[in-house]
Amino acid sequence: MNIDIIAFGIAKDILKSKSVALELGEASTVADAKQQLIARYPAFKTLASLQLAVNAEYVADDHVLTQNDEVVLIPPVSGG
Amino acid sequence: MKEIYITEDKLDSNACTQAVTYPGAGGIVVFVGTVRDATQGKAVLHLEFETYEKMAIKEMAKIAETAKDRWGLHKMVIHHRTGLVPISEEAVVIACSSAHRKEAFQACEYAIDTLKETVPIWKKEIFEDGEVWVSAHP
Repeated sequence: MNIDIIAFGIAKDILKSKSVALELGEASTVADAKQQLIARYPAFKTLASLQLAVNAEYVADDHVLTQNDEVVLIPPVSGG
Repeated sequence: MKEIYITEDKLDSNACTQAVTYPGAGGIVVFVGTVRDATQGKAVLHLEFETYEKMAIKEMAKIAETAKDRWGLHKMVIHHRTGLVPISEEAVVIACSSAHRKEAFQACEYAIDTLKETVPIWKKEIFEDGEVWVSAHP
């Protein structure tokens, strides 16, 4: 399956784009997506943390992705 | 007034205070986060905030619900500004009211601390010679 991952903050700077398309096998997890992202963009490893939100909720690394999920890269937040 | 709100416009901490005022309140606590003109001795020109708004609103609402339940508050308002925010202007306002002051103080501190940990909002400091996403790196 092909999933577009949307980026904000420094994640957008690292991708040099508002989003990136990942080609993932069926039943891939958040951990698989993160692994692929880090392999393609090693700068993600330098961040204090890296989370993915699925359909606007934080999910665990073993969460299974599906084709129509809204997946967003969440670098360390710094509101307030 | 909306209790949970993100806007590119100026925030109004007085209006937020009014919004949590009620006859049974014995205490109102308001936290106003303002833009500081320096970080670690280096002059900051202004801040720029970016947000994943749909999720940020959900996370802010969770904070307000948890705070109201845990401390028995009457009401909590959380407003956050996004986009360019000049020095001294309000970036975040959290107001809450309760029968007694202690609960309002604790709830307000919980809310700002949790907002900084969980709400998908990102702050960039703009300097004379560059810019930095705050807290991005360890």
